[in-house]
Amino acid sequence: MRPSAARLLNILVPVKRAVDYSVKIRVNPQQTGIDTNVKHSMNPFDEIAVEEAIRLRETLGASVVKSIKAVTIGPPKSVDILRTALAVGADSAVHVALPESAPSPEPLAVAKTLQALIKKAGDGESKVDMVILGKQAIDDDLGVTGQMLAGLLGWSQATFASKVEVDEGKGEVVVTREIDGGGEEVRCKLPVVITTDLRLNEPRYASLPNIMKAKKKPVEKLSPEDLGVDYTPQLETLKVTEPPKRVGGGKVASVEELVAKLKEAGVTAA
Amino acid sequence: MSTFLRRAVPNLRQLKPLPKQSSILRNGAIQRRLVSTYNADVAGLTDEEVEFRNAVTDFAEKEIAPRAAEIDRTNTFPSDVWEKLGSMGLLGITVSPKYDGLGLGYFQHTLAMEALSTASGSVALSYGAHSNLCVNQIHRHGTEEQKAKYLPDLISGAKVGSLAMSETGSGSDVLNGNKFWITNGPVASTLVVYAKTSPDKGSKGITAFIIERGFKGFSTSQKLDKFGMRGSDTCELVFEDCEVPEANVLGQVDRGAAVLMSGLDLERIVLSGGPLGLMQAAFDYAVEYVHDRKQFGQPIGTFQLMQAKLADMYTKLSASRAYVYAVAKACDQGKVSRKDCAGAILYSTEKAVEVTMEGMQCLGGNGYINDYPMGRLLRDARLYTVGAGTQEIRRMLIGREFNEQFKH
Repeated sequence: MRPSAARLLNILVPVKRAVDYSVKIRVNPQQTGIDTNVKHSMNPFDEIAVEEAIRLRETLGASVVKSIKAVTIGPPKSVDILRTALAVGADSAVHVALPESAPSPEPLAVAKTLQALIKKAGDGESKVDMVILGKQAIDDDLGVTGQMLAGLLGWSQATFASKVEVDEGKGEVVVTREIDGGGEEVRCKLPVVITTDLRLNEPRYASLPNIMKAKKKPVEKLSPEDLGVDYTPQLETLKVTEPPKRVGGGKVASVEELVAKLKEAGVTAA
Repeated sequence: MSTFLRRAVPNLRQLKPLPKQSSILRNGAIQRRLVSTYNADVAGLTDEEVEFRNAVTDFAEKEIAPRAAEIDRTNTFPSDVWEKLGSMGLLGITVSPKYDGLGLGYFQHTLAMEALSTASGSVALSYGAHSNLCVNQIHRHGTEEQKAKYLPDLISGAKVGSLAMSETGSGSDVLNGNKFWITNGPVASTLVVYAKTSPDKGSKGITAFIIERGFKGFSTSQKLDKFGMRGSDTCELVFEDCEVPEANVLGQVDRGAAVLMSGLDLERIVLSGGPLGLMQAAFDYAVEYVHDRKQFGQPIGTFQLMQAKLADMYTKLSASRAYVYAVAKACDQGKVSRKDCAGAILYSTEKAVEVTMEGMQCLGGNGYINDYPMGRLLRDARLYTVGAGTQEIRRMLIGREFNEQFKH
């Protein structure tokens, strides 16, 4: 039994609208970025985050998970992915609207926005207990937003999650993280920031009846001024190029020749 | 094969556990998700229609497309697919929400048909027969009792529906005769069957019935072995003194012709999505292949004769789509034009056979190998020249419609 009156968990799921993973990426002629006039969809790692939040509610029950709120920061078109999140099970959504021409927000600005939203939600009934987001976005692969957010908030963080178990009685989560050596289990006190990795779950797709029902769910619109966040880029992209074309290999006649070529290439035995 | 790797960043699909064996084919012809060349700008879809289409496409790519080759090879329709289609909400698109349908129009139904057809022609055909030929007819003409009794299971996918039209023997409540080439026949529990109840009255003597699989005197013969649409189970229905309760008359006795004819118009337009989907699949595969395959130091897609093939396939697909979409939207406005519904399926079918044939040619020798999907796409497309009516009937019908206009 918890000493204070049991409060239900509120989960915040930030999602990003990114270039769809199946698109053939093309660098623009100015070499400043990629052609973004292509198909976009929700960042796949964020789809996994939304799915995890819904599964937690399914496992723990609505008596433990009170609300799942999706949030995105971006131009008007970003509302599409909020509709998707609502269709698969989120209760409500927030759109922090940026102008169409604005550059993509940087991780620190995103983290500060989320921090402002969490602060705005306060310490009462709407207090945010868990933030679940993708480990990285597939357009920039930066993979830092979750960590920055945890740092700004002073919360526990469990990144690259491949398994999440919640002990609401103790106010803790046990997360299995994917690391180079295998898996690592960490126990975190709530509130916590969790970033999702590929093997955490397989996201469901939105069914048509749910898509239609989602149209009735609320989407709150906020502006950067409402949250007091500055989106001026701190980083300047100097150049974007395609990776070098793969060149053919060569055949060697003997082991000695192989060793000689390896030495030539600067490879040495450790 | 390294030529199929497009991204420098780790390909998500590579990290997942190994895909099922059926999706890695011999000769390295790996089945992977293609970026579609569907021209959404020209298709003229509203934001809601785009969202609808994307949802169905995602479902089809995930649940249907990976199984398409196996369905064709084994000539077997996976039984779990019906309930998946049901949960997705696809089986009652035009049905009122009162019966758990989506309450949307024939245009959305056509879009769904197209998206499923791109994934698997067979699944789409069975889907079309169930959701339009059977479900939609019961929804349009059924009594409240009939709708309440039959629609829920059909819309959830718990039961499979079918439709059969052909000549039978006489008798107003006892059916005798056979029906040929009935899609879903082997597995359907609920069948809409048209029969001659007063043969001397000609077209004014046809009645529509709802038949249940358990009815005494009704049986099905074994599954037919078909050239294409393998997996969309087809068979002959046999009626031997089959007794049908009066409560199962759909519409009114001897008034079945109207039920039948108006149903055919809608069947034609919704099924037109089938050829469109097959053309899209064929084109997407071919256009990617001709840019991968190199001969004489360059991708074969840059040779003029190949460019011409791409141009012809693309324009045929786009023109067919424009006509089909326009007619479907007109139907939703209440303007169901018999000659245009027939025209839409006539045209899109003819182009589909041409486009899938040309698509196969684009792959050269590989088009002839069954590891590649082009053969299946062509075989599936060929069905539409005889399924849901023949090209000849459609032509005759359109001509006759004009003859009527000029009659004195």
